[in-house]
Amino acid sequence: MAKIAVVDYGMGNLRSVAKALEHVAPESVVLVTSDARDIHDAERIVFPGQGAMPDCIRELEARGLREPLLDAAGNKPFLGLCIGLQMLFEHSEEGDIPGLGLLPGRVLRFPPERMRDASGNKLKVPHMGWNQVFQKRSHPMWAGIEDGSRFYFVHSYFVEVSEPAIVAGETCYPFAFTSAVARNNIFAVQFHPEKSQSAGLQLLSNFVRWDGSADVRQDKALGVLDA
Amino acid sequence: MGLSKRIIPCLDVTGGRVVKGVNFVGLRDAGDPVEIARRYDQQGADELCFLDITASSDEREVIVHVIEEVAAEVFIPLTVGGGVRSIEDVRILLNAGADKVSINTAAVLNPKLVEQASARFGSQCIVVAVDARRVPDSSPPRWEVFTHGGRRATGIDAVEWGKRMQKAGAGEILLTSMDRDGTKAGFDLELTRAFSDALDVPIIASGGVGESRHFVDGVIEGGADALLAASVFHYGELTVAQVKKSLADCGIEVR
Repeated sequence: MAKIAVVDYGMGNLRSVAKALEHVAPESVVLVTSDARDIHDAERIVFPGQGAMPDCIRELEARGLREPLLDAAGNKPFLGLCIGLQMLFEHSEEGDIPGLGLLPGRVLRFPPERMRDASGNKLKVPHMGWNQVFQKRSHPMWAGIEDGSRFYFVHSYFVEVSEPAIVAGETCYPFAFTSAVARNNIFAVQFHPEKSQSAGLQLLSNFVRWDGSADVRQDKALGVLDA
Repeated sequence: MGLSKRIIPCLDVTGGRVVKGVNFVGLRDAGDPVEIARRYDQQGADELCFLDITASSDEREVIVHVIEEVAAEVFIPLTVGGGVRSIEDVRILLNAGADKVSINTAAVLNPKLVEQASARFGSQCIVVAVDARRVPDSSPPRWEVFTHGGRRATGIDAVEWGKRMQKAGAGEILLTSMDRDGTKAGFDLELTRAFSDALDVPIIASGGVGESRHFVDGVIEGGADALLAASVFHYGELTVAQVKKSLADCGIEVR
C-alpha cells in the first residue's frame, strides 16, 4: 500500500494531520514517524510544524532527520505545512537562524507598525482564523478549490519569497503575503489544511493523488502562468 | 478582504454527554457530542469549544474519548477547557485531537502553568479563559477575575490579568462576562473593548448572547475577533448560518 510519511520531530501534535490524511486516503498507510527509513521508503512526505522555528530546526537535527528530509524533498511529492513551509526557506527572523535553504526567501515577523486594517482597527498577532487564499498560478494542488477560498491560519511569522515564480497563493493581512509556494515536487502552505474543513480536505486529497510532476511547463502549455 | 470573524459554538460536556440539551431538527440523539459537533460543522461553525464541566478528576478520560471521536471526523479547530490543571492535562488533550487547550482557574492558582505550557506546546494552542465580573459602581469601569466557575473572587484586575497572561504566552483570550452570562442581554461590550484595545492577541467574547444583533455589536463595538455562544445555538434559536448572515449584512467578513 502507498505510504505517506508525516515527519514527526517532536514538535507538537500530529494527530490532526494524520487523521485528515486518513480521511482523504483510506487506501493509504499514514505513518507519523521520526524514522529516516520510513521517510526514505514513503511515497510522499508531509512536513508539518508548530511552535517556534528555532526549536523545530534543533529537534529535526537532533533526530538526524535533516538529510533524509532534504533527500525526500528532492524527488517525492512533498507537502509543507505552517512552520513546515517556513523551514524550507533560507533564513528566519525568529531566532535569527538559517532555515533548510531549499527555497529562496526569508521568514519575517508581522511588523507591529503595519498591523492596522483600512479603517484603522488594530490587527491581532498571531494571525489566527480563516482567511482567503488567492491562487497566483494554476497547479494540480488547487484542483477543485475555488480561488479565494478560506483556510485556517495560526502564525506570527510569514515568508517573503525572493523568487516570484514559486508563489502559488497569497493572503492579505493587511498586506499581501505568500501563503502557498510551489516548485517542482514541493508544495507548501502557511495555513492548516487539516483544520480547514472542505477546502482543506480537498487540498489534502489533491496531494495524495498528485504525481509531484513539475507543473510549470504544464502551466505554460495551458497559458495560465502568471505571478 | 481579510481575516473573517469566527463564530464558535460552545458545548458543555459531562459524562460524555452534552448538557443543556439541543433542539436541532432531525437529531437522533440530542446529547451526543459527536453528532452535535458534526451539525455545527455543517452549519458553518469556524471552530468548536468543548467545556468539560465534570468536577471530579477521575472522569477526565471521558472528555478525552469525546475529543478523539470528534477530531476523527470534524476538521475544524477544536478548543477544549474545563479543569485543566497541569502540563500533563494539556498534553493529554492535545494528543486526543484538541488544537487548543483553555486554562482558567489553574492559571490564577499557578501563573507559571501558562508560561510552561506555551513554552512546551507553543502559544498557538494555549488559550487563557478569563471570567470577569464588573466591580460595582466603578468609574471608569473595572472588572475583577473570578475563578472556580465564577464562584470565587480573586481581587485581580481583569485587564491587567489579561496583559499578564499575554506576556506569559497565551495565544488567545476567552473572555466571559459573569454579569452577562445566561442573561441574553448581549456581551459586556465595554469589557470586550477594554481587552481588545489593551491586548494584541485575539479576544473571544463570551457571555450574554441572545440574538444576532449581539454578535454584530461584539465585533463592531466590542472589537472582538471571535464570538462564542452556547444556548442560542443549542436551543435552535439561531443557527450559525443565520448569525453569519447578520454579520455579513453589516459588512463584517465571515467565512
